[in-house]
Amino acid sequence: MSAVNGGDVRSVLMVGVGGQGTILAGRILSEGLAEAGYDVKMSEIHGMSQRGGSVSTHVRFGERVRSPVTGRGGADVIAAFEKLEALRWLEYLKEGGLMLINDFEIPPAPVLMGLEPYPDGIADELSGRARVGVFDARAIAEGLGNARAMNMVLLGALAKAVGVGGVDWEGTIRRNVKKGFEDLNIRAFEHGFLRLGPFG
Amino acid sequence: MNEKRPLTKLLTGNEAVARGAYEAGLLFASAYPGTPSTEILETMSGYAGELYCEWAPNEKVALEAAMGASLAGVRSMAAMKHVGVNVAADPLFTFAYTGVGGGCVIVSADDPGMHSSQNEQDNRNYAAAARVLMLEPSDSQEALDFAKLAFELSERFDTPAMLRMTTRICHSKSLVSFGERVLPPVPAYRRDAAKYVATPANARVMRAKLSLRLEAMAEYSNSCAANRAEYNGGEIGVVSAGAAYQHAREAFGESASYLKIGLSFPLPTELIRAFASRVKKLYVVEELDPYMETRIREAGIECVGKALLPEAGELDADIIGKAVFGRGAEGPKSDLKAPQRPPTLCAGCPHRGFFHVLGKRKGVVITGDIGCYTLASAPPLSAMDSCFCMGGSISTGHGAAMAFGMAGMKEKVVAVIGDSTFFHSGITSLMDVAYNGGRSVSVILDNRITGMTGHQENPGTGYTLMGGKAVMADIPAICKAIGIKGENIYLVNPLELDAVGAALDDALSKDEPTVIVTRWPCVLKKPSPEDRDEFGPAPGRCEIDQDACRKCGQCVKTGCPAICSGGSVTIDAGACTGCAVCLQACPFGAIKEVRP
Repeated sequence: MSAVNGGDVRSVLMVGVGGQGTILAGRILSEGLAEAGYDVKMSEIHGMSQRGGSVSTHVRFGERVRSPVTGRGGADVIAAFEKLEALRWLEYLKEGGLMLINDFEIPPAPVLMGLEPYPDGIADELSGRARVGVFDARAIAEGLGNARAMNMVLLGALAKAVGVGGVDWEGTIRRNVKKGFEDLNIRAFEHGFLRLGPFG
Repeated sequence: MNEKRPLTKLLTGNEAVARGAYEAGLLFASAYPGTPSTEILETMSGYAGELYCEWAPNEKVALEAAMGASLAGVRSMAAMKHVGVNVAADPLFTFAYTGVGGGCVIVSADDPGMHSSQNEQDNRNYAAAARVLMLEPSDSQEALDFAKLAFELSERFDTPAMLRMTTRICHSKSLVSFGERVLPPVPAYRRDAAKYVATPANARVMRAKLSLRLEAMAEYSNSCAANRAEYNGGEIGVVSAGAAYQHAREAFGESASYLKIGLSFPLPTELIRAFASRVKKLYVVEELDPYMETRIREAGIECVGKALLPEAGELDADIIGKAVFGRGAEGPKSDLKAPQRPPTLCAGCPHRGFFHVLGKRKGVVITGDIGCYTLASAPPLSAMDSCFCMGGSISTGHGAAMAFGMAGMKEKVVAVIGDSTFFHSGITSLMDVAYNGGRSVSVILDNRITGMTGHQENPGTGYTLMGGKAVMADIPAICKAIGIKGENIYLVNPLELDAVGAALDDALSKDEPTVIVTRWPCVLKKPSPEDRDEFGPAPGRCEIDQDACRKCGQCVKTGCPAICSGGSVTIDAGACTGCAVCLQACPFGAIKEVRP
């Protein structure tokens, strides 16, 4: 019997808050991998969860992918676009897997209302439980000229952590981002890919 | 260079269904938006010119329109979310009797796990109850292939065919090979009253034919290529369908044998029997109801299914592995608790102002409906008592108001409904209130778009799915026409709290049917030229004067995600849209509007 998450298939999770650009990042990752010859499946949740709720994009790739979703303990890499979401999705990480954490906070409704505190020390806590890489993708994107390119910094770091060759990331980004913002997004991706890490 | 390769693309299941219907030569499609089905028709509109597609006011209308196109002899489709089939069930059951002209496919997008739904009913039961074909794709390629097959089978067996998608199929992408569009010839029209006029005399004949058709379909199911066995070993056999098949394939691995069911009504009973005889233990892995398991047992075949696997929620490989083998992966755990992150009304949402005022009224029961505004049920707005179904708020509100009156109780009732939901099935409910002289207040929250499903045009917006200009349904005029007195119809801007309060006070003081129409566009809507004329440019933003702020929390109680209450209360300048609801809620004048 094969392992629950199947042979050579690798699983990536992008988690964050509705509106952070996880869907676009997931699309670029999936298309890049598909063009490089992998079988790819991607799954995301739309609808009510987009109204500021917790969102997740699953990307799985390999020789032959069956299930489009990653279960608990199944993700090789998780990219948390928001710090609290890293904590929420921790148990989806595979043993020995890597958690990339954007050191960026979006307080959820109970915190905004002053009912619960935003937990302190998430990055330290997770560092004690798994391999982690922590960086401030928003500050990096701001430094490159636009905080909204934060998702591409994360995607760059994620693409490097996933460690596949032969993918035309630049071309894939160019095709998928808004006209006029291609170069910014490519620079943000390259910063994540070339300058961050190695992690853990 | 001239070598012709099949075009392969990453598509969602919804995109693939639209592509499959296009390739099958579909000429007419109609739908009411509903997660997770919405993108099927949105994708279809990309083929405008070669086919016609539209948003209907509700699913019953969508199906009836598709039936009309089928009667005219062309291939047609109606797409909807699972609960939409409840609305369309009336025509569906008789359409099963009459059969089709051109092939007709009904897409039911079920939502196991209720990612964006009020229940998780299993619509395979509808196919069995209505006696129509049911196909279940398990990835995007099958979504395309099965959509095409569904049209062929619909015509071959003279029956509507259902295509059951689920959220994971609708919204997952996988690689898909395309084909060419082939337009089947449309026969000359001729009247066939015996086939299509379902009078009792005709329907009795149709019913007998339906039984014969069912026998033929059941026979075919055993040889249908969409039902295929894969023999790997004789120990374990797995019967599965849809998304569950993909999960099961991973959980049971390469040594188990599989019977992958693509045509799940009628089930291929003899194929299953033959498969079962070649394995020692038979598992049935399916999401939601024991739909296949019950029928397999009824056929006298021993199997294990829901004794191990949950009937509620989505499955994945991990859940199946743990349920069947008692083992699976475990991820790292932390003792640190992550606060919940529930969805909220957006910063600048026009519903916020209205619910902020309504929620403060004492002795008012608020019946809700399906839409973003259901989020007002959560704290801090906490302004809702019930929510059942599309269009239900006005009628449940009417019943509650009459019941409170009969029981001698003092509670007043306010029913809230969105513009698209009002067009869907709220108009008939309001007619009930008007006709029977009800006493509830009905509020139509007109945000100029179908919001929660991601901004689809509707009869009130002035545009169609294919981008054409349309007449704009006039909500106050509709209310008047069905019997609400002109002086009992209030038109207010929901961002003006005093105006909302005054309208509510007046309406609640009356003992006859009243309607409040709030009118302001969804903050996420891309404004149409008409919106720009009517609502003007976007305002500035709001700021809290920290010296004047007394930290009373009134602004926080509006539930705006741009307002953060820590040591001090602040407004996130990036998130604030300047709706000024917090400014009006502040009793100390500490919030100011800042023009950019």
